[in-house]
Amino acid sequence: MITAPFDYVRADSVDHAVQLLGTHGEDAKLLAGGHSLLPLMKLRLATPSVLIDVGRLAELSYVRDGGDHVAIGALTSHHDVATSDMVATDVPLLRRVAGQIGDPQVRHLGTIGGSVVHGDPASDMPAAMLALRATFVTVGPGGQREHSVDGFFTGFLETAIGADEVLTEIRVPKVPMAGWSFQKFQRRAQDWAVVGVACVRNDTVGIGLVNMGSTSLRATAVEDALGSGASIADAAALADEGTEPVDDLNASPEYRRHLAHVLVRRALEEASR
Amino acid sequence: MTAVMGTVMGTSLRRKEDPRLLTGEARFVDDLVLPGARWLAMVRSPEAHARITAIDATAALDTPGVEAVLTGKELREAWTQPMPCAWPVTDDMKNPVHFPVAVDEACYVGDIVAVVVASSRYAARDGAEAVDVTYERLPAVVDLEDALSDRVLVHEGLGTNRSYTWTLAPDPPAVDRAFAGAAHTVRARYVQQRLIPEAMEPRGVAVVPQPVGGEIVLYSSTQIPHILRVMVGLTLGIPEQKVRIIAPAVGGGFGSKLNVYAEELIAVALARRLGGPVRWTEERRENAVATIQGRGQIQDIELAADADGKVTAVRVQILADMGAYLQLVTPGIPLLGAFLYHGVYAIPAYSFECTGVFTTKTPTDAYRGAGRPEASYAIERAMDEMAHEIGLAPDEIRRRNYIQPEQFPYASPAGLTFDSGDYEPTLDRALELVGYEGIRKEQADRRASGSTRHLGVGMATYVEMCGLAPSRVLASLNYVAGGWESATVRLLPTGKAQVVSGTTPHGQGHETCWSMIVADKFGIDPDDVEVLHSDTAVSPLGLDTYGSRSLAVGGVAVELAAQKVLDKARLIAAHQMEANEDDLEFVGGAFQVKGSPASAVPIQALAFEAFTAHNLPDGMEPNLAEQVTFDPPNFVFPFGTHAAVVEVDEETGEIRLLDYAAVDDCGNQVNPMIVAGQLHGGIVQGIAQALWEEAVYDEDGQLLNATLVDYLVPTAAELPNFKLDHTVTPSPTNSLGVKGVGEAGTIGSAPTIINAVVDALSHLGIRDVTMPATPQRVWKLIEEAKAR
Ligand SMILES: Cc1cc2nc3c(=O)[nH]c(=O)nc-3n(C[C@H](O)[C@H](O)[C@H](O)COP(=O)(O)OP(=O)(O)OC[C@H]3O[C@@H](n4cnc5c(N)ncnc54)[C@H](O)[C@@H]3O)c2cc1C
Repeated sequence: MITAPFDYVRADSVDHAVQLLGTHGEDAKLLAGGHSLLPLMKLRLATPSVLIDVGRLAELSYVRDGGDHVAIGALTSHHDVATSDMVATDVPLLRRVAGQIGDPQVRHLGTIGGSVVHGDPASDMPAAMLALRATFVTVGPGGQREHSVDGFFTGFLETAIGADEVLTEIRVPKVPMAGWSFQKFQRRAQDWAVVGVACVRNDTVGIGLVNMGSTSLRATAVEDALGSGASIADAAALADEGTEPVDDLNASPEYRRHLAHVLVRRALEEASR
Repeated sequence: MTAVMGTVMGTSLRRKEDPRLLTGEARFVDDLVLPGARWLAMVRSPEAHARITAIDATAALDTPGVEAVLTGKELREAWTQPMPCAWPVTDDMKNPVHFPVAVDEACYVGDIVAVVVASSRYAARDGAEAVDVTYERLPAVVDLEDALSDRVLVHEGLGTNRSYTWTLAPDPPAVDRAFAGAAHTVRARYVQQRLIPEAMEPRGVAVVPQPVGGEIVLYSSTQIPHILRVMVGLTLGIPEQKVRIIAPAVGGGFGSKLNVYAEELIAVALARRLGGPVRWTEERRENAVATIQGRGQIQDIELAADADGKVTAVRVQILADMGAYLQLVTPGIPLLGAFLYHGVYAIPAYSFECTGVFTTKTPTDAYRGAGRPEASYAIERAMDEMAHEIGLAPDEIRRRNYIQPEQFPYASPAGLTFDSGDYEPTLDRALELVGYEGIRKEQADRRASGSTRHLGVGMATYVEMCGLAPSRVLASLNYVAGGWESATVRLLPTGKAQVVSGTTPHGQGHETCWSMIVADKFGIDPDDVEVLHSDTAVSPLGLDTYGSRSLAVGGVAVELAAQKVLDKARLIAAHQMEANEDDLEFVGGAFQVKGSPASAVPIQALAFEAFTAHNLPDGMEPNLAEQVTFDPPNFVFPFGTHAAVVEVDEETGEIRLLDYAAVDDCGNQVNPMIVAGQLHGGIVQGIAQALWEEAVYDEDGQLLNATLVDYLVPTAAELPNFKLDHTVTPSPTNSLGVKGVGEAGTIGSAPTIINAVVDALSHLGIRDVTMPATPQRVWKLIEEAKAR
């Protein structure tokens, strides 16, 4: 529970952070809320030699009206997302998801950007991003890039963001009238989901799955089946298609697949009400 | 006999301890400022079983700040004796030699193989990481029955993994006859999974050799400073009087700090060797393997009953996991339950046998309830099974079998004398609190409607023996020490009182309760009472805190000592008032001639008189200070009934705890708020065993859930508000009429929960759920039941 030695620098701005990433190279890591990175370091599963602290960059903590989307600064805390009126009105699913992450301490320190970049398949936020078809804005030495959520989660704790880039903004399409549901099956209130399902439904449907493989996944088969007019029950039976759930102390792959069926069905029922 | 509750006793006085705990003023071992202290870090075996073939410290010694790396071989001569086991339960018990640092072989993941000394905590930790140990892997043995087969030996030299077999069978033919003639029998196997105690404060040690006099001060996060002092003296060959143990603020123990640990002995050895202070603080993940674990039993229980549902015999066989070594009281833990497998029922024929077996895992030892939760679980689950077998409701079978109030003192078939009890009213009240009839109706409605959310209601009535313990009984169980407790009460010249306690709090609230006892006795303000404890220089006599003994043994000693002070004060008052002592009464903190308030002399004034000694009765020693050592004539036997309502989601296996009621009887309550606090925590720990917690080992002996992310300690968010009530049946065997309550909650709750879960699923043909009843496990059971 004691980290390996590391150096610490604080970035004053996004550009400074990019510059510091360039200087310190591969062994450097950005530090946002620290609620994913520091636990890994304490277990010595991550041993970055330099931490570049972007946690205090106020310029990246905001929720703004972007017209057809809500623009959320990467360093906005889960708490600020969960208590934003704009989020509540325009993307109520996101409000629910942010409000159920961990416990109050985690929600006050953990950030939406950290959640997205960390790329943990057990995290809730990436699945919500999939359901909501979000776009991510990053800044690097080559300037600004936009990433579609599809294809962003490339592997276990891996995303499409470059090691020299900073995530700055998350753009979430407004869906004020859509039905939605967040089903988080967990052992204790502050735990990660054993399996989770984030779902938005209007004329189309978006479903993100938590903890059903080495990355956060879109339930493509379910979305397609509903698109072709399948019933909720029939579509939900496809919930585990294309998934490769892990085996851990909480659940076998078989049990996770079963939970995915049940939770996707419940999510669709709730979102269709 | 029973003390009359006065103006302070029996009230929910706020805890004196809390302000300093809540403001962070309290000092735990890790908070101590010890300039110049070196830090230790332990190099622990990552293998469950391995020969240590080489230890290369070169890289570690190159780590900045690292001063030394010491191996088991190098420290071998520091120990005059192996690590102590104080409970050789049988004469032929096998006890492997166990040194603080393993010499040739590591026998569990976490076994210490080397010690790093460094200038800072971080340097020590980095140094430990850099020590290169070469292991030759030996096979692990994890499963208890596998261990019993001796296929793999944990300790080659012992030739067997069986440590002991201990039997309590007063009349075997009677048991056989009961089973032969039974109208109904049930037989069940229950598994008590291993639990990690997870005290909020991990362990910590700091040793400071004194500059003059040769004394060693050992600060430890321990429950047992007095026992530790003796053991440090013995294992290190230091004269006992040169060892002073201080347990500063201690953040919980639950039995896990009722031990003599390698790190304590290592720290003393190194402080002496280096001639300066050393310290060590356990990490949370380290705590999971380096501190003892609890439970770890396989229980086979059989009941015989007649046609009316009267249970006539109980036969029990236990296989108990010792882990790799015998720690302080490891082998004795199952024996603390051995007498209680008939529970609260008048079952005439009794047979118990326990075999302790070694495995390549962290040693087990005392954990809240220690043997008694296991016993209560087995009998309360088996009673439900018998009720089902006969077709009786679970409350009905209990009513038919309870020991009746007029049978007390009750001579139990296992050879104990239960002091007092009246069980059925606690059942009635617990069922009333959960609305039993209504729940049964809703359960039936849901079943009829085809709902997939099944309701269940469960109950358990428990009794436990606590207040450890009559010394002679301990002798008969081969325990090497006694069970008495000591207290000193002084009235100081200014009228303030001082209590020196032999019991050693680590969260319970002794300071509050002992103050209340003394304040009540003297008619003074509880804030005018100071309680000293947990420092062997201040309180040299004591046997410490565990086994729900502090109030029932130590608190009684306080009361008796205070009474002695009061008796002496009465003599002084009579002398000075020139009255006959029988003509005096003690009212509102003052002695007066009966019916004559004008003559009143406050106790504070008498304290001053005793101090000046100007005018004392002839031959009387000055001062008001009395010491009492109380050896309890018997255990005390608290009891109660718990009831729970659960909802099981058939589709996911998820269990939701909807309602929980506990009606407990711990005799007279000194402070009902503290009683409730003990029950709350205890109940949660039992529920945790039923639904969440388990130390999971793989077949290589690796602990798979050493962190608090994976080892699921429940929080308030998962639990309903508990409905607590109580009855009061004082113990007739002590002057306060009290019984222990520290473990009661844990003893009642696990069977209550599992009985409720099984009740919810019984219509599907499910008869048992192994603990912890995880959603996955419950879901699988439901799937299997549906497939049948
Ligand atoms: C007890 C506990 C419970 C939790 N429960 C949940 C839960 O139920 N559900 C859930 O989804 N999560 C949970 N979390 C995780 C929590 O949401 C984290 O806060 C989140 O995953 C990471 O955010 P952070 O700001 O803390 O990131 P950090 O830990 O600081 O960083 C995580 C990673 O992202 C990188 N990074 C961070 N910000 C940026 C950026 N702007 N640009 C580029 N890279 C960046 C870092 O370099 C690092 O690799 C829990 C955490 C804890 C400690």
